[in-house]
Amino acid sequence: MNTNPAAEVARDDSEGMDYLVSLPRRMVTVYLPILCFLIVLLFPFYWMGLTSIKPNDELIDRSLNPWWVVDPTIAHYYHLIVNTDYPVWMWNTMLVAVTATLLSIAASVMAAYAIVRIRYAGSRWVGGMIFLAYLVPPSILFIPLALVVFQYGLFDSPMALILTYPTILIPFSTWLLMGYFKSIPYELEECALIDGASRWQILTRIVLPLSVPGIISAGIFAFTLCWNEFIYALVFISSSENKTVPVAVLSELVEGDIYHWGPLMAGALLGSVPVCIVYSFFVEHYVSSMTGAVKE
Amino acid sequence: MAEVRIRDVRKSFGHVEVIHGVSVDIADGEFVVLVGPSGCGKSTLLRMIAGLERISDGQILIGDRVVNQVPPKERDVAMVFQNYALYPHMKVYDNMAFSLKLRGADVGDLDARVRRAADILGLTALLDRFPRQLSGGQRQRVAMGRAIVRDPQVFLFDEPLSNLDAKLRVQMRTEIKELHQRLTTTSVYVTHDQIEAMTMADRIVVMHDGIVEQIGEPLELYDNPRNTFVAGFIGSPAMNFVRGTVRANGGPGRLEAGEGVSFPLGDGWSAHDGRPVVYGIRPEHLVMAEPGQPAVDGEIAVVEPTGAETLLVSRIAGAEFQAVFRERHAFRPGERVALAPLLDKVHLFDAETGQHL
Ligand SMILES: Nc1ncnc2c1ncn2[C@@H]1O[C@H](COP(=O)(O)OP(=O)(O)OP(=O)(O)O)[C@@H](O)[C@H]1O
Ligand SMILES: [Mg+2]
Repeated sequence: MNTNPAAEVARDDSEGMDYLVSLPRRMVTVYLPILCFLIVLLFPFYWMGLTSIKPNDELIDRSLNPWWVVDPTIAHYYHLIVNTDYPVWMWNTMLVAVTATLLSIAASVMAAYAIVRIRYAGSRWVGGMIFLAYLVPPSILFIPLALVVFQYGLFDSPMALILTYPTILIPFSTWLLMGYFKSIPYELEECALIDGASRWQILTRIVLPLSVPGIISAGIFAFTLCWNEFIYALVFISSSENKTVPVAVLSELVEGDIYHWGPLMAGALLGSVPVCIVYSFFVEHYVSSMTGAVKE
Repeated sequence: MAEVRIRDVRKSFGHVEVIHGVSVDIADGEFVVLVGPSGCGKSTLLRMIAGLERISDGQILIGDRVVNQVPPKERDVAMVFQNYALYPHMKVYDNMAFSLKLRGADVGDLDARVRRAADILGLTALLDRFPRQLSGGQRQRVAMGRAIVRDPQVFLFDEPLSNLDAKLRVQMRTEIKELHQRLTTTSVYVTHDQIEAMTMADRIVVMHDGIVEQIGEPLELYDNPRNTFVAGFIGSPAMNFVRGTVRANGGPGRLEAGEGVSFPLGDGWSAHDGRPVVYGIRPEHLVMAEPGQPAVDGEIAVVEPTGAETLLVSRIAGAEFQAVFRERHAFRPGERVALAPLLDKVHLFDAETGQHL
């Protein structure tokens, strides 16, 4: 065979010390564990998808193969979208998640920057306290917060969630962004200072552009948390038209002890779509912000 | 352009004072180099001129204005950092244009200035690149370009060449010098490399442990060091020192260095008869002794030929002495050699204070 060495090299896409690892060995050490992980992680989705397209009689028929569907139907989805408030719940969740995320990120950026870069007495202390706040579990915090929400007359309105979610989101995002801002060399800011930039200009024109990956990961984290949040949404919202997806699916699609498994699973599956979309857009940034910081 | 006057400036970090009253007057258009060993406070002093560090005590004037309380952006200075501090997310053009944009310069003027600076530094082909796509030397030039587009009153450099390899450093040294001759902007340049200081400076400020040891033109420091620190710091290879006592004994004096070794002295030292001193002689001022010439005897330890000259390390009175020869001799380690100091080049320093006598 007449092979061109350059082409040979170009086709060899293995990296670094990969050549030391033979294929069978890689099967056992790399692909097999990954496969196990994937099966464990993806099985719930498979089950959700499967259940959501099974007709009701197949769902309760124990003689059929539970791992497969014979006669798929979209009746559950139809029911969910037409006969329930599902689109409204979706909208509520979206509204709450997006607004709370934006609010928290804006607050965290300023908090983190101030703690990391503005020298004042006790800045480290403040940083520590913020992290401490993150350690208080929401399942305890919701009791005093409920009182506050009531007093301000926010009960059963999206504002109740939009204003309480940041109590969970800000500490973690601030902490994450602090780490990120710390990795930006001091000289860059000093140089900008001499170049004539104000603090605000340094933040918006130097620090923020360099922390985009960090901000995106904080944003994804906040968005996911808002989207999935359960306790606050359960406690602070009572009427169906204000509910968010995770709560509504459970409280509106379960009547007494009757579980409407089809619509329930359809609702859960549809509910995870936006998070998947957000992740797939930003996954590159997310990973890079976890593994590295600013490189010149 | 402006002169910079530093008047009895002090700096403390917490309770620790690291600069103990420094005064330097820098004339308009002068290129002054701050040099000294690591940790002596050069960067701190420079950062105080830039406004990045608060001045604990004393005054700094740029032009006729006391700038103690003036924020960096209003001081009209430009600084080049050791690691260049280029904005990684901006292209070379935007890096250079950044300060002008912040000042709201009009677009045509801005473009013209950036292009002129790029032209001076040979960066025109690189304007569309990001800093990570440049070599070390190119980044260094961009950092310079960013400083010169602004046409500031003062340039500040903090060890701008220390991240470059030796050859590039020599080349950039020349370029910076040429740039200064062309722009004649007052410049303060920090380095710990005395060769860089000697070759670039109009005047050198030698610092040590937060004080100024001596200020002067390069050759003046070389010829007339005020104390042992300056004498040892300026010049490479460094000056040889030996402790001893002056003995006048009537004629030309000698320095008794113990172990029966004595060094010849010229005339005029007899006034210091009996005084304990430090005797200093530069390696290039030791020559092979002619017969009958006053000399010291040493044992050759190491011979280091570099081509143009040969460095000879010999052991005299238990100390190592370096000598440099331009002419070639057949030295062998272990042999004995008689070295004659050029008597008018000998320095004597007080043994206690280190001050030149
Ligand atoms: N932010 C700071 N806080 C406390 N001490 C500091 C600070 N910055 C500098 N120092 C101290 O001040 C002294 C002078 O530091 P400086 O950075 O000016 O030295 P330098 O002459 O520039 O040294 P080098 O050649 O290593 O850069 C050092 O002893 C250093 O430890
Ligand atoms: Mg320094």
